[in-house]
Amino acid sequence: MKLELRFFASLREALGVSQESIAIPATVKTIVELRAHLIERGNPWSEVLAEGRVLRCALNQHMVDANTALQDGAEVAFFPPVTGG
Amino acid sequence: MSNSSIRIQEKDFDLSVEIAALRKNDPRVGAVVSFLGTVRDMNDGSQVKGMTLEHYPGMTEKALQEILDQAKARWDIYQTLVIHRVGPLLPEDQIVLVAVTSAHRGEAFAACEFIMDYLKTAAPFWKKEDTPEGARWVDVRVTDEAAMARWNKT
Repeated sequence: MKLELRFFASLREALGVSQESIAIPATVKTIVELRAHLIERGNPWSEVLAEGRVLRCALNQHMVDANTALQDGAEVAFFPPVTGG
Repeated sequence: MSNSSIRIQEKDFDLSVEIAALRKNDPRVGAVVSFLGTVRDMNDGSQVKGMTLEHYPGMTEKALQEILDQAKARWDIYQTLVIHRVGPLLPEDQIVLVAVTSAHRGEAFAACEFIMDYLKTAAPFWKKEDTPEGARWVDVRVTDEAAMARWNKT
């Protein structure tokens, strides 16, 4: 499955990446599994996406919870809780 | 006739021009409620020299549209407007405008507060402050989460 990853704000800065196209193994089916898959890359991923960190995620530009299933070709974004207004 | 307008922009806006446009040619309107958010020079005990607002183009507009649609489903309101600035801002600058028109004030007050509370927790904007101790990303406020949650209790 292919995905377009997006990172914003403090995550974007800490990872040094704002956008990335990746192909993931068939075993990675949900957002939380994708997060674990990225953590396996080691630092800085393991630190920035660590389980204890409060993150928000969006699938195709809609906020979703961690157990949401991924779809081929989807845009998946990770970011910190929002602070606008 | 019911309409919503969403604008994400770097440039400043004129409150009176926006309000005049929002209620123009709509004699049903008897109430206009607006909220204007501005940049403070203090946050969490530090002086704020300025800030930069980042957002998620595409998702921001969708998230705001969903919030406005929910407000319209919930209250008897006519026009809604959200303007949110992005990019570099200084203390005293205008950041955000939410405005709602309705026949009566009660609906407009409630809808405006609802939109603002949801914007604070569901629209993908992030503030990075420039302080004497260096630049820092603003932490989420527990009170903002609570402000949104109370709309689901009634």
